[in-house]
Amino acid sequence: MSKNTVSARFRRVDVDEYDENKFVDEEDGGENQLGPDEAEVDSLVRQGNLMEALHAVLKNPPINTKNQNVKDRAEGLVLKVLSAFKSSDIEKGVQSLDKNGVDLLMKYIYKGFERPSENSSAVLLQWHEKALAAGGVGSIVRVLTARKTV
Amino acid sequence: ISTSPSLPLYNPYIFSSRLQHGYKVAWKIAVSPNNNVVNIYEKKGKDWVKIDELTEHSGRITGIDWAPESNRIVTCASDRNAYVWTLKDSVWKPTLVLLRINRAATCVKWSPLENKFALGSGARLISVCYFDKENDWWLSKHIKKPICSTVLSLSWHPNNILLAAGSADLHCRIFSAYIKDIEDKPGPTAWGAKMPFGEVLLEHKDCGGWVHSVSFSPAGDQLAWVAHNSSISVADATEGKQVTQLSTSHLPLLSVLFVSASEIVAAGHDCCPYQFTFKSPGSLEFVKKLDIPKQTSKGSMSAMQHFRNLDKKATEEDDKELNTLHQNSITQLCVMSGDKSKVDKYSSVGLDGAMVIWTFKH
Repeated sequence: MSKNTVSARFRRVDVDEYDENKFVDEEDGGENQLGPDEAEVDSLVRQGNLMEALHAVLKNPPINTKNQNVKDRAEGLVLKVLSAFKSSDIEKGVQSLDKNGVDLLMKYIYKGFERPSENSSAVLLQWHEKALAAGGVGSIVRVLTARKTV
Repeated sequence: ISTSPSLPLYNPYIFSSRLQHGYKVAWKIAVSPNNNVVNIYEKKGKDWVKIDELTEHSGRITGIDWAPESNRIVTCASDRNAYVWTLKDSVWKPTLVLLRINRAATCVKWSPLENKFALGSGARLISVCYFDKENDWWLSKHIKKPICSTVLSLSWHPNNILLAAGSADLHCRIFSAYIKDIEDKPGPTAWGAKMPFGEVLLEHKDCGGWVHSVSFSPAGDQLAWVAHNSSISVADATEGKQVTQLSTSHLPLLSVLFVSASEIVAAGHDCCPYQFTFKSPGSLEFVKKLDIPKQTSKGSMSAMQHFRNLDKKATEEDDKELNTLHQNSITQLCVMSGDKSKVDKYSSVGLDGAMVIWTFKH
Protein backbone atom coordinates (compact mmCIF):
# COMPACT_ATOMS: atom_id res chain seq x y z
CA MET A 1 0.00 0.00 0.00
CA SER A 2 1.30 3.43 -0.78
CA LYS A 3 2.00 5.86 2.03
CA ASN A 4 -0.35 8.60 1.03
CA THR A 5 -3.59 6.69 1.47
CA VAL A 6 -3.75 8.33 4.89
CA SER A 7 -3.80 11.92 3.70
CA ALA A 8 -6.96 13.09 1.96
CA ARG A 9 -5.63 16.54 1.18
CA PHE A 10 -5.48 15.81 -2.52
CA ARG A 11 -9.27 15.75 -2.50
CA ARG A 12 -9.33 19.46 -1.79
CA VAL A 13 -7.32 20.43 -4.85
CA ASP A 14 -9.40 22.60 -7.17
CA VAL A 15 -8.69 20.80 -10.42
CA ASP A 16 -10.53 23.42 -12.45
CA GLU A 17 -7.77 25.90 -11.69
CA TYR A 18 -5.31 23.69 -13.54
CA ASP A 19 -7.52 23.32 -16.60
CA GLU A 20 -6.00 25.44 -19.34
CA ASN A 21 -9.27 25.41 -21.25
CA LYS A 22 -11.31 26.58 -18.33
CA PHE A 23 -14.20 28.80 -19.32
CA VAL A 24 -13.64 32.34 -18.11
CA ASP A 25 -16.40 34.91 -18.07
CA GLU A 26 -15.61 38.10 -19.86
CA GLU A 27 -14.51 40.95 -17.68
CA ASP A 28 -16.84 43.87 -17.87
CA GLY A 29 -15.28 46.83 -16.03
CA GLY A 30 -17.76 47.42 -13.27
CA GLU A 31 -15.54 49.50 -11.04
CA ASN A 32 -17.62 52.59 -11.63
CA GLN A 33 -20.88 51.00 -10.68
CA LEU A 34 -22.01 52.44 -7.40
CA GLY A 35 -25.54 51.17 -7.14
CA PRO A 36 -28.68 53.23 -6.66
CA ASP A 37 -28.41 56.72 -5.21
CA GLU A 38 -28.93 56.31 -1.47
CA ALA A 39 -29.65 59.96 -0.78
CA GLU A 40 -32.22 60.25 -3.54
CA VAL A 41 -34.01 57.06 -2.52
CA ASP A 42 -34.03 57.96 1.19
CA SER A 43 -35.53 61.37 0.57
CA LEU A 44 -38.25 59.93 -1.67
CA VAL A 45 -39.15 57.35 0.96
CA ARG A 46 -39.28 60.06 3.63
CA GLN A 47 -41.60 62.12 1.45
CA GLY A 48 -43.86 59.10 1.10
CA ASN A 49 -43.34 59.03 -2.66
CA LEU A 50 -42.90 55.29 -2.81
CA MET A 51 -43.49 54.76 -6.53
CA GLU A 52 -40.68 57.15 -7.38
CA ALA A 53 -38.53 55.58 -4.70
CA LEU A 54 -39.08 52.18 -6.31
CA HIS A 55 -37.99 53.46 -9.70
CA ALA A 56 -35.01 55.25 -8.21
CA VAL A 57 -33.80 52.25 -6.26
CA LEU A 58 -33.93 50.07 -9.37
CA LYS A 59 -31.58 52.42 -11.22
CA ASN A 60 -27.86 51.66 -11.60
CA PRO A 61 -27.96 48.09 -10.36
CA PRO A 62 -24.46 46.97 -9.29
CA ILE A 63 -24.40 44.03 -11.66
CA ASN A 64 -20.87 44.17 -13.00
CA THR A 65 -18.99 45.25 -9.91
CA LYS A 66 -17.09 42.80 -7.76
CA ASN A 67 -17.37 45.06 -4.75
CA GLN A 68 -19.54 43.15 -2.31
CA ASN A 69 -20.17 46.23 -0.14
CA VAL A 70 -21.79 48.06 -3.01
CA LYS A 71 -23.99 45.06 -3.68
CA ASP A 72 -24.98 44.67 -0.03
CA ARG A 73 -25.79 48.36 0.25
CA ALA A 74 -27.97 48.22 -2.85
CA GLU A 75 -29.83 45.16 -1.57
CA GLY A 76 -30.44 46.81 1.77
CA LEU A 77 -31.78 49.92 0.10
CA VAL A 78 -34.12 47.94 -2.12
CA LEU A 79 -35.43 46.03 0.88
CA LYS A 80 -36.06 49.31 2.66
CA VAL A 81 -38.19 50.57 -0.21
CA LEU A 82 -40.07 47.30 -0.64
CA SER A 83 -40.87 47.19 3.09
CA ALA A 84 -42.17 50.75 3.04
CA PHE A 85 -44.95 49.85 0.59
CA LYS A 86 -48.45 49.09 1.82
CA SER A 87 -49.48 45.54 0.86
CA SER A 88 -52.32 46.85 -1.25
CA ASP A 89 -49.98 49.06 -3.28
CA ILE A 90 -47.50 46.35 -4.21
CA GLU A 91 -49.38 45.29 -7.31
CA LYS A 92 -49.49 48.84 -8.65
CA GLY A 93 -45.81 49.20 -7.91
CA VAL A 94 -44.96 46.12 -9.95
CA GLN A 95 -47.19 47.17 -12.81
CA SER A 96 -45.44 50.51 -13.09
CA LEU A 97 -42.26 48.65 -14.05
CA ASP A 98 -41.25 47.64 -17.54
CA LYS A 99 -40.10 44.10 -18.44
CA ASN A 100 -36.48 44.75 -17.48
CA GLY A 101 -37.62 46.36 -14.26
CA VAL A 102 -39.60 43.28 -13.31
CA ASP A 103 -36.59 41.05 -14.09
CA LEU A 104 -34.34 43.26 -11.97
CA LEU A 105 -36.85 43.31 -9.12
CA MET A 106 -36.95 39.49 -9.21
CA LYS A 107 -33.15 39.42 -8.91
CA TYR A 108 -33.26 41.63 -5.84
CA ILE A 109 -36.08 39.57 -4.35
CA TYR A 110 -34.14 36.33 -4.60
CA LYS A 111 -31.02 38.08 -3.32
CA GLY A 112 -33.08 39.17 -0.35
CA PHE A 113 -34.26 35.61 0.28
CA GLU A 114 -30.63 34.52 0.58
CA ARG A 115 -30.11 36.47 3.75
CA PRO A 116 -33.37 36.88 5.60
CA SER A 117 -33.74 39.42 8.35
CA GLU A 118 -36.64 39.91 10.73
CA ASN A 119 -39.60 40.58 8.50
CA SER A 120 -37.89 40.57 5.14
CA SER A 121 -39.08 37.23 3.83
CA ALA A 122 -42.72 38.04 4.42
CA VAL A 123 -42.41 41.31 2.54
CA LEU A 124 -40.39 39.70 -0.23
CA LEU A 125 -42.92 36.92 -0.64
CA GLN A 126 -45.68 39.43 -1.22
CA TRP A 127 -43.57 41.20 -3.84
CA HIS A 128 -42.60 37.84 -5.34
CA GLU A 129 -46.22 36.93 -5.90
CA LYS A 130 -46.93 40.12 -7.81
CA ALA A 131 -43.64 40.07 -9.72
CA LEU A 132 -44.31 36.48 -10.76
CA ALA A 133 -47.74 37.42 -12.05
CA ALA A 134 -46.12 40.14 -14.16
CA GLY A 135 -42.92 38.43 -15.30
CA GLY A 136 -43.94 34.79 -15.35
CA VAL A 137 -41.58 31.90 -14.67
CA GLY A 138 -39.34 33.40 -17.36
CA SER A 139 -38.30 36.15 -14.95
CA ILE A 140 -37.29 33.53 -12.38
CA VAL A 141 -35.38 31.57 -15.02
CA ARG A 142 -33.44 34.76 -15.78
CA VAL A 143 -32.51 35.08 -12.11
CA LEU A 144 -31.03 31.60 -12.31
CA THR A 145 -29.22 32.01 -15.63
CA ALA A 146 -27.73 35.45 -15.03
CA ARG A 147 -23.99 35.03 -14.68
CA LYS A 148 -23.61 38.51 -13.28
CA THR A 149 -26.26 39.64 -10.88
CA VAL A 150 -27.01 42.15 -8.15
CA ILE B 1 -53.86 22.14 -35.61
CA SER B 2 -52.27 18.78 -35.02
CA THR B 3 -52.67 15.14 -35.81
CA SER B 4 -52.56 12.76 -32.89
CA PRO B 5 -49.33 11.15 -31.75
CA SER B 6 -49.33 7.68 -33.16
CA LEU B 7 -46.00 6.29 -32.02
CA PRO B 8 -45.99 3.99 -29.04
CA LEU B 9 -44.64 5.77 -26.01
CA TYR B 10 -41.21 4.78 -24.96
CA ASN B 11 -38.19 6.35 -23.31
CA PRO B 12 -37.52 10.05 -23.44
CA TYR B 13 -35.35 11.83 -26.02
CA ILE B 14 -36.49 11.12 -29.49
CA PHE B 15 -34.98 12.73 -32.53
CA SER B 16 -36.71 12.89 -35.81
CA SER B 17 -35.90 13.82 -39.28
CA ARG B 18 -38.14 13.59 -42.27
CA LEU B 19 -38.34 12.50 -45.80
CA GLN B 20 -41.10 13.01 -48.22
CA HIS B 21 -40.80 11.68 -51.70
CA GLY B 22 -42.00 14.19 -54.23
CA TYR B 23 -44.01 11.89 -56.42
CA LYS B 24 -45.62 9.64 -53.88
CA VAL B 25 -46.26 10.98 -50.44
CA ALA B 26 -44.49 8.29 -48.46
CA TRP B 27 -43.79 9.62 -45.01
CA LYS B 28 -40.71 8.20 -43.41
CA ILE B 29 -39.05 9.27 -40.24
CA ALA B 30 -35.89 8.35 -38.41
CA VAL B 31 -36.11 8.48 -34.65
CA SER B 32 -34.04 7.30 -31.74
CA PRO B 33 -35.60 6.48 -28.39
CA ASN B 34 -32.74 7.67 -26.22
CA ASN B 35 -30.49 4.71 -27.01
CA ASN B 36 -27.86 3.77 -29.56
CA VAL B 37 -30.30 2.66 -32.25
CA VAL B 38 -32.03 4.61 -34.99
CA ASN B 39 -35.46 3.35 -36.01
CA ILE B 40 -36.98 4.09 -39.38
CA TYR B 41 -40.75 4.29 -39.49
CA GLU B 42 -43.03 4.54 -42.50
CA LYS B 43 -46.58 5.81 -42.44
CA LYS B 44 -48.90 3.11 -43.67
CA GLY B 45 -52.44 4.36 -43.57
CA LYS B 46 -53.00 5.76 -40.13
CA ASP B 47 -50.16 3.93 -38.44
CA TRP B 48 -46.44 4.36 -38.24
CA VAL B 49 -44.79 1.02 -38.91
CA LYS B 50 -41.17 0.31 -38.07
CA ILE B 51 -39.44 -0.79 -41.23
CA ASP B 52 -35.79 -0.65 -40.31
CA GLU B 53 -33.19 -0.37 -37.58
CA LEU B 54 -29.80 1.27 -37.91
CA THR B 55 -27.46 -0.27 -35.37
CA GLU B 56 -23.82 0.67 -35.47
CA HIS B 57 -23.32 3.23 -32.77
CA SER B 58 -22.16 2.16 -29.34
CA GLY B 59 -23.25 5.34 -27.62
CA ARG B 60 -26.54 7.21 -27.27
CA ILE B 61 -27.67 8.81 -30.52
CA THR B 62 -27.53 12.60 -30.20
CA GLY B 63 -28.31 13.70 -33.73
CA ILE B 64 -29.92 12.47 -36.94
CA ASP B 65 -30.35 14.26 -40.24
CA TRP B 66 -31.87 12.88 -43.40
CA ALA B 67 -30.88 14.41 -46.74
CA PRO B 68 -34.02 14.25 -48.90
CA GLU B 69 -32.42 14.58 -52.34
CA SER B 70 -29.53 12.19 -52.00
CA ASN B 71 -31.45 9.98 -49.58
CA ARG B 72 -28.61 9.65 -47.11
CA ILE B 73 -28.88 9.69 -43.34
CA VAL B 74 -26.15 10.97 -41.08
CA THR B 75 -26.19 9.95 -37.43
CA CYS B 76 -23.98 11.01 -34.56
CA ALA B 77 -23.70 9.79 -31.01
CA SER B 78 -22.03 10.18 -27.65
CA ASP B 79 -19.52 7.55 -28.79
CA ARG B 80 -17.66 10.36 -30.64
CA ASN B 81 -18.55 8.87 -34.01
CA ALA B 82 -20.75 9.72 -36.95
CA TYR B 83 -21.94 7.46 -39.75
CA VAL B 84 -23.35 8.27 -43.15
CA TRP B 85 -25.97 5.72 -44.17
CA THR B 86 -26.81 4.93 -47.79
CA LEU B 87 -29.57 2.69 -49.03
CA LYS B 88 -28.14 -0.18 -51.10
CA ASP B 89 -30.54 -2.88 -52.24
CA SER B 90 -33.04 -1.84 -49.59
CA VAL B 91 -30.44 -2.13 -46.84
CA TRP B 92 -28.98 0.85 -45.04
CA LYS B 93 -25.18 0.62 -45.09
CA PRO B 94 -23.07 2.76 -42.76
CA THR B 95 -19.84 4.51 -43.64
CA LEU B 96 -17.69 5.73 -40.78
CA VAL B 97 -16.77 9.41 -40.74
CA LEU B 98 -13.33 10.40 -39.46
CA LEU B 99 -14.36 13.13 -37.10
CA ARG B 100 -11.22 13.27 -34.95
CA ILE B 101 -13.08 14.49 -31.91
CA ASN B 102 -12.38 13.44 -28.34
CA ARG B 103 -15.78 14.22 -26.87
CA ALA B 104 -19.36 13.32 -27.70
CA ALA B 105 -21.03 14.59 -30.84
CA THR B 106 -24.09 16.69 -30.04
CA CYS B 107 -25.82 17.65 -33.27
CA VAL B 108 -25.52 17.13 -37.02
CA LYS B 109 -26.96 18.82 -40.11
CA TRP B 110 -26.62 18.21 -43.85
CA SER B 111 -25.86 21.32 -45.88
CA PRO B 112 -28.58 22.48 -48.33
CA LEU B 113 -26.76 20.93 -51.33
CA GLU B 114 -26.07 17.79 -49.30
CA ASN B 115 -22.43 17.63 -50.33
CA LYS B 116 -21.22 18.13 -46.78
CA PHE B 117 -22.52 18.16 -43.23
CA ALA B 118 -21.65 19.95 -40.04
CA LEU B 119 -21.40 18.29 -36.65
CA GLY B 120 -21.26 19.94 -33.26
CA SER B 121 -19.53 18.34 -30.31
CA GLY B 122 -18.59 18.60 -26.68
CA ALA B 123 -14.99 18.95 -27.86
CA ARG B 124 -15.69 22.67 -28.32
CA LEU B 125 -15.48 22.43 -32.08
CA ILE B 126 -17.50 21.91 -35.23
CA SER B 127 -16.52 19.20 -37.71
CA VAL B 128 -17.40 20.08 -41.29
CA CYS B 129 -17.36 16.80 -43.20
CA TYR B 130 -17.15 16.12 -46.91
CA PHE B 131 -16.59 13.04 -49.04
CA ASP B 132 -13.13 12.43 -50.40
CA LYS B 133 -13.67 10.36 -53.56
CA GLU B 134 -10.00 9.50 -53.93
CA ASN B 135 -9.84 7.57 -50.70
CA ASP B 136 -13.51 6.70 -50.43
CA TRP B 137 -14.05 8.12 -46.98
CA TRP B 138 -15.51 11.15 -45.25
CA LEU B 139 -12.99 13.74 -44.09
CA SER B 140 -13.48 16.52 -41.62
CA LYS B 141 -12.17 20.01 -41.15
CA HIS B 142 -12.44 21.61 -37.73
CA ILE B 143 -13.73 24.99 -36.75
CA LYS B 144 -12.31 25.66 -33.29
CA LYS B 145 -11.72 29.32 -32.67
CA PRO B 146 -13.28 31.02 -30.78
CA ILE B 147 -15.66 28.36 -29.42
CA CYS B 148 -15.16 27.84 -25.68
CA SER B 149 -17.73 25.22 -24.81
CA THR B 150 -20.03 22.55 -26.20
CA VAL B 151 -21.71 23.29 -29.52
CA LEU B 152 -25.43 22.75 -28.99
CA SER B 153 -27.06 23.54 -32.31
CA LEU B 154 -26.36 24.19 -35.98
CA SER B 155 -28.16 25.74 -38.94
CA TRP B 156 -27.04 26.13 -42.55
CA HIS B 157 -27.52 29.28 -44.61
CA PRO B 158 -29.17 28.57 -48.00
CA ASN B 159 -25.89 29.45 -49.76
CA ASN B 160 -24.41 26.15 -48.51
CA ILE B 161 -21.41 28.01 -47.06
CA LEU B 162 -22.43 29.86 -43.94
CA LEU B 163 -23.13 27.90 -40.78
CA ALA B 164 -24.72 29.23 -37.61
CA ALA B 165 -23.83 27.62 -34.29
CA GLY B 166 -25.32 28.01 -30.83
CA SER B 167 -23.05 27.06 -27.98
CA ALA B 168 -22.96 26.49 -24.25
CA ASP B 169 -20.41 29.29 -24.03
CA LEU B 170 -23.42 31.63 -24.27
CA HIS B 171 -22.48 32.81 -27.76
CA CYS B 172 -24.25 32.55 -31.09
CA ARG B 173 -21.97 32.64 -34.12
CA ILE B 174 -22.00 32.38 -37.88
CA PHE B 175 -18.97 30.72 -39.45
CA SER B 176 -17.92 30.11 -42.97
CA ALA B 177 -17.76 26.40 -43.73
CA TYR B 178 -16.40 26.89 -47.22
CA ILE B 179 -14.52 23.79 -48.39
CA LYS B 180 -12.52 24.75 -51.46
CA ASP B 181 -11.96 21.14 -52.49
CA ILE B 182 -15.60 20.56 -53.25
CA GLU B 183 -17.18 23.88 -54.10
CA ASP B 184 -16.74 27.22 -55.84
CA LYS B 185 -15.92 30.40 -53.99
CA PRO B 186 -19.14 31.91 -52.70
CA GLY B 187 -20.46 35.31 -53.67
CA PRO B 188 -21.03 37.94 -50.99
CA THR B 189 -24.07 37.79 -48.74
CA ALA B 190 -25.60 40.30 -46.37
CA TRP B 191 -23.45 38.74 -43.62
CA GLY B 192 -20.17 39.51 -45.33
CA ALA B 193 -18.08 39.10 -48.45
CA LYS B 194 -14.93 37.31 -47.36
CA MET B 195 -15.60 33.74 -46.35
CA PRO B 196 -12.46 31.64 -45.89
CA PHE B 197 -13.05 28.48 -43.90
CA GLY B 198 -13.56 29.21 -40.22
CA GLU B 199 -14.13 32.95 -40.68
CA VAL B 200 -16.51 34.40 -38.10
CA LEU B 201 -19.18 36.57 -39.71
CA LEU B 202 -21.29 37.09 -36.64
CA GLU B 203 -20.46 36.69 -32.99
CA HIS B 204 -23.12 37.62 -30.53
CA LYS B 205 -21.76 37.43 -27.01
CA ASP B 206 -23.74 36.89 -23.90
CA CYS B 207 -26.95 35.57 -25.33
CA GLY B 208 -28.10 35.25 -21.75
CA GLY B 209 -27.80 31.50 -21.52
CA TRP B 210 -26.87 28.36 -23.43
CA VAL B 211 -27.98 28.75 -27.00
CA HIS B 212 -30.15 25.70 -27.53
CA SER B 213 -31.22 26.15 -31.11
CA VAL B 214 -30.48 28.35 -34.13
CA SER B 215 -32.36 28.80 -37.40
CA PHE B 216 -31.69 30.85 -40.52
CA SER B 217 -34.64 32.53 -42.23
CA PRO B 218 -35.60 31.05 -45.65
CA ALA B 219 -33.56 33.65 -47.57
CA GLY B 220 -30.76 33.51 -45.01
CA ASP B 221 -30.68 37.18 -44.09
CA GLN B 222 -31.96 36.71 -40.55
CA LEU B 223 -30.87 34.31 -37.85
CA ALA B 224 -33.10 33.33 -34.94
CA TRP B 225 -31.97 31.60 -31.77
CA VAL B 226 -33.35 30.62 -28.40
CA ALA B 227 -31.35 30.71 -25.19
CA HIS B 228 -31.74 29.23 -21.77
CA ASN B 229 -32.72 32.54 -20.20
CA SER B 230 -36.17 32.11 -21.71
CA SER B 231 -35.46 34.42 -24.58
CA ILE B 232 -35.72 34.36 -28.33
CA SER B 233 -33.54 36.59 -30.49
CA VAL B 234 -33.18 37.50 -34.15
CA ALA B 235 -30.13 39.03 -35.84
CA ASP B 236 -30.86 40.89 -39.06
CA ALA B 237 -28.04 41.09 -41.60
CA THR B 238 -29.94 43.59 -43.73
CA GLU B 239 -29.95 46.02 -40.80
CA GLY B 240 -26.32 46.00 -39.77
CA LYS B 241 -26.61 42.60 -38.04
CA GLN B 242 -28.69 44.23 -35.31
CA VAL B 243 -29.93 41.81 -32.69
CA THR B 244 -33.43 41.98 -31.28
CA GLN B 245 -34.03 39.98 -28.11
CA LEU B 246 -37.41 39.15 -26.64
CA SER B 247 -37.53 37.89 -23.05
CA THR B 248 -40.49 35.63 -22.56
CA SER B 249 -42.41 34.85 -19.40
CA HIS B 250 -42.29 31.15 -20.24
CA LEU B 251 -39.86 28.38 -19.41
CA PRO B 252 -36.83 28.18 -21.72
CA LEU B 253 -37.35 27.26 -25.36
CA LEU B 254 -35.28 24.41 -26.76
CA SER B 255 -35.94 24.50 -30.47
CA VAL B 256 -36.64 27.24 -33.01
CA LEU B 257 -37.68 27.15 -36.65
CA PHE B 258 -38.45 29.78 -39.28
CA VAL B 259 -41.63 28.67 -41.05
CA SER B 260 -41.78 31.62 -43.45
CA ALA B 261 -39.89 34.84 -44.04
CA SER B 262 -41.37 36.45 -40.96
CA GLU B 263 -43.00 33.74 -38.85
CA ILE B 264 -41.10 31.68 -36.30
CA VAL B 265 -42.17 28.64 -34.30
CA ALA B 266 -40.37 27.79 -31.08
CA ALA B 267 -41.01 25.19 -28.38
CA GLY B 268 -39.36 23.90 -25.24
CA HIS B 269 -39.94 23.20 -21.60
CA ASP B 270 -43.49 24.53 -21.67
CA CYS B 271 -44.45 21.53 -23.82
CA CYS B 272 -46.23 23.79 -26.27
CA PRO B 273 -45.14 25.35 -29.58
CA TYR B 274 -45.35 29.14 -29.75
CA GLN B 275 -45.53 31.41 -32.75
CA PHE B 276 -43.44 34.57 -32.96
CA THR B 277 -43.23 37.14 -35.71
CA PHE B 278 -40.24 39.21 -36.80
CA LYS B 279 -40.81 42.21 -39.01
CA SER B 280 -37.64 44.29 -38.50
CA PRO B 281 -35.13 45.01 -35.73
CA GLY B 282 -36.99 46.03 -32.62
CA SER B 283 -40.08 44.24 -33.76
CA LEU B 284 -40.00 40.65 -32.51
CA GLU B 285 -43.32 39.69 -30.99
CA PHE B 286 -45.16 36.75 -29.52
CA VAL B 287 -48.19 35.86 -31.63
CA LYS B 288 -49.92 32.91 -30.01
CA LYS B 289 -49.74 29.43 -28.56
CA LEU B 290 -50.06 26.83 -31.29
CA ASP B 291 -51.48 24.06 -29.11
CA ILE B 292 -55.20 24.09 -28.54
CA PRO B 293 -55.81 23.12 -24.91
CA LYS B 294 -57.61 19.86 -24.36
CA GLN B 295 -61.19 20.00 -23.21
CA THR B 296 -61.13 18.68 -19.69
CA SER B 297 -64.10 16.91 -18.29
CA LYS B 298 -63.88 18.47 -14.87
CA GLY B 299 -67.56 19.32 -14.85
CA SER B 300 -68.58 15.71 -14.86
CA MET B 301 -66.89 14.84 -11.57
CA SER B 302 -69.33 13.77 -8.91
CA ALA B 303 -69.52 15.38 -5.49
CA MET B 304 -68.40 12.10 -3.96
CA GLN B 305 -65.27 12.06 -6.12
CA HIS B 306 -64.64 15.68 -5.26
CA PHE B 307 -64.52 14.94 -1.55
CA ARG B 308 -62.60 11.74 -2.08
CA ASN B 309 -59.87 13.71 -3.85
CA LEU B 310 -59.81 16.31 -1.14
CA ASP B 311 -59.46 13.65 1.48
CA LYS B 312 -56.80 11.58 -0.27
CA LYS B 313 -54.73 14.10 -2.12
CA ALA B 314 -55.68 17.45 -0.61
CA THR B 315 -56.60 18.64 -4.04
CA GLU B 316 -59.89 19.10 -5.80
CA GLU B 317 -58.63 18.27 -9.23
CA ASP B 318 -58.34 14.80 -10.59
CA ASP B 319 -56.14 16.04 -13.36
CA LYS B 320 -52.59 14.78 -13.51
CA GLU B 321 -52.22 15.61 -17.16
CA LEU B 322 -50.97 18.80 -18.74
CA ASN B 323 -53.53 20.34 -21.02
CA THR B 324 -51.10 20.36 -23.92
CA LEU B 325 -50.63 17.52 -26.39
CA HIS B 326 -47.07 16.98 -25.22
CA GLN B 327 -46.83 15.87 -21.63
CA ASN B 328 -43.21 16.82 -21.26
CA SER B 329 -40.67 19.22 -22.77
CA ILE B 330 -40.46 19.46 -26.54
CA THR B 331 -36.84 18.92 -27.53
CA GLN B 332 -36.85 19.29 -31.28
CA LEU B 333 -38.91 20.83 -34.07
CA CYS B 334 -38.45 19.61 -37.61
CA VAL B 335 -39.87 20.66 -40.99
CA MET B 336 -41.98 17.84 -42.44
CA SER B 337 -43.40 19.26 -45.63
CA GLY B 338 -43.64 22.45 -47.60
CA ASP B 339 -40.93 24.72 -48.87
CA LYS B 340 -38.86 26.36 -46.17
CA SER B 341 -40.29 29.72 -47.18
CA LYS B 342 -43.77 28.43 -46.51
CA VAL B 343 -43.61 25.43 -44.23
CA ASP B 344 -46.76 23.37 -44.29
CA LYS B 345 -46.23 20.67 -41.69
CA TYR B 346 -43.65 20.43 -38.94
CA SER B 347 -43.09 17.85 -36.24
CA SER B 348 -42.25 18.10 -32.59
CA VAL B 349 -40.69 15.41 -30.44
CA GLY B 350 -40.42 15.47 -26.70
CA LEU B 351 -39.24 13.89 -23.50
CA ASP B 352 -42.65 12.24 -23.22
CA GLY B 353 -41.70 9.97 -26.11
CA ALA B 354 -44.38 11.40 -28.37
CA MET B 355 -44.13 12.89 -31.82
CA VAL B 356 -46.77 15.32 -32.99
CA ILE B 357 -47.22 16.63 -36.50
CA TRP B 358 -48.54 20.17 -36.73
CA THR B 359 -49.92 22.07 -39.68
CA PHE B 360 -48.96 25.73 -39.80
CA LYS B 361 -51.61 28.15 -40.93
CA HIS B 362 -49.95 31.03 -42.77
